[in-house]
Amino acid sequence: MNEKHYPNSLGIWGWLGGGRWGLERYAYVLHRLTGLGLVVYLLMHVFVTALRVKGIYLWTDGRFFDRPAFRVGEFLVFAAFAYHALNGLRLVLVELGLAVGRPLEPVYPYKSSIGVQRPLFIAMMALAALLLLAGGAEFLGLVK
Amino acid sequence: MREGEMKQVEGGETAYWTWHMAAGVAIFALLGLHMTTMHLGGLTGLFVAYPTEQAVSPANSHTRDASLFLTVVYILLLGLALYHGLYGLRTMLFELTLKPATEQAVTTALVVVGLLLLGFGTWAAVAAHQGAAYHIASPEAVYVGG
Amino acid sequence: MTFHILRYTPGKDTKPCITAYQVPLKLGMTVLDGLYYIKENLDPSLAWRSSCRMGVCGSCGMLVNGLPRLACNTQIKEVADTRVALGPLPNFDIIRDLVPDLTSMFDKHLEVSPFIQREDEVDINNPEGEYYQSPEDLEHYLQFSFCIKCGCCMAACPTSATDARYLGPMPLTQALRYNNDSRDGGAEKRALRIGSRHGVFRCHYAGECSRVCPKGVDPAKAIQLLKRQLVAGYLGLARRRKPCGKQGLNRR
Repeated sequence: MNEKHYPNSLGIWGWLGGGRWGLERYAYVLHRLTGLGLVVYLLMHVFVTALRVKGIYLWTDGRFFDRPAFRVGEFLVFAAFAYHALNGLRLVLVELGLAVGRPLEPVYPYKSSIGVQRPLFIAMMALAALLLLAGGAEFLGLVK
Repeated sequence: MREGEMKQVEGGETAYWTWHMAAGVAIFALLGLHMTTMHLGGLTGLFVAYPTEQAVSPANSHTRDASLFLTVVYILLLGLALYHGLYGLRTMLFELTLKPATEQAVTTALVVVGLLLLGFGTWAAVAAHQGAAYHIASPEAVYVGG
Repeated sequence: MTFHILRYTPGKDTKPCITAYQVPLKLGMTVLDGLYYIKENLDPSLAWRSSCRMGVCGSCGMLVNGLPRLACNTQIKEVADTRVALGPLPNFDIIRDLVPDLTSMFDKHLEVSPFIQREDEVDINNPEGEYYQSPEDLEHYLQFSFCIKCGCCMAACPTSATDARYLGPMPLTQALRYNNDSRDGGAEKRALRIGSRHGVFRCHYAGECSRVCPKGVDPAKAIQLLKRQLVAGYLGLARRRKPCGKQGLNRR
């Protein structure tokens, strides 16, 4: 590299969006955030649930995790699962080349795979919203 | 690297990624079952032996622990989730331009953490299953609550 | 119209800084026209790359109001009412002003061997006839051959922002262009680099490359199709294809 060249990489800000980015890019950012959140939760969850071997159930009836703050956190974990799973299903289809369309000669105005997979994206987000409503009803105690 | 040279570069990524995708689909089904049991148990009645209590109550937990099917499902879910999650974490870390030696160290560390957690989780699931099966077989045994 | 341009002169500036210029706006004026106005009337020291001024050479890729675009292909009125912010393409080192160092992109391009590879080297070096290719064969790779190597996709890619070893949308698209070319037999050799730790699987379909591509090449689609080829190869589902010959047509 020439010593006088000035480094100009966006770095982590490139992940978060350096300008007017598209829907799929924000979906990618949220997918990463929810994935990280779920991994961290999983690591804690394995230890907390393992305590039941000793007869310790920390999540019930006034125990440590049966508090409003943790209940909200639990809903966020559920929301993260709903988004990550349904967006993930979309990504499985897209990244296996099943929902991106075939190569075609570009004629202006150009159509891209983004438009081809957009209805799938909307459908998955609608399903995620439904799951959130169902989960939210349970968390609010509207259903048991 | 100039024209005509083809570096021998580290392989295996296709296999890891394919299993990452497969694990994701499998987790969707199994975690979906888990979420339905935990959060929609009252609505669906799925694996909830005591509908008047919370799905996560000790009694309901106990009954699920006694089920061999659910124990196997939970161990499978744990393995798949650890693989999927830790591979995802590895992917994010590898995109930070690490040195090859650091990349190798990260992979090794994640494999070790994953195997340890899988071992621990499997032990806990089996121990809980054996304990619950004992209590259900001997209802007069005292159940130690939280 | 005010042009806010990120300027950097090596040896004089320690870091880039923004300089503003007032440019009289005419209907139909492109960003490149604005740059020429500044150079001819306001500041002759401004540096950028351009050549064809009609969107076919790929020289004038730069950041225009937050998105990588070709300066010659971008009408000012399309992107701004009063203010145009220009900067060099991100994810490349800056040589000077709006001139990025594209060496890394071209080095990665070379890594995927972007040329027809066949085993019959004698025939490659001394061809005795033409290779036949049907219109259907052409359609498999034609879209990806429209790439003008402008670097806009590389600038837009979130993985390229942090991973210096990631091949990037343009090299991966060109790898598919040659894999899908019925004359080529080099897919297995390319798979070594494409399927490596910093190859095709570091793409997560953010889709920005396809959004900013000025030629409709759709690199995002190419990369997912490339993943499909690699996974099919791993699972043993890939159809083995011999490179097309000189007699008759090679049907897929």
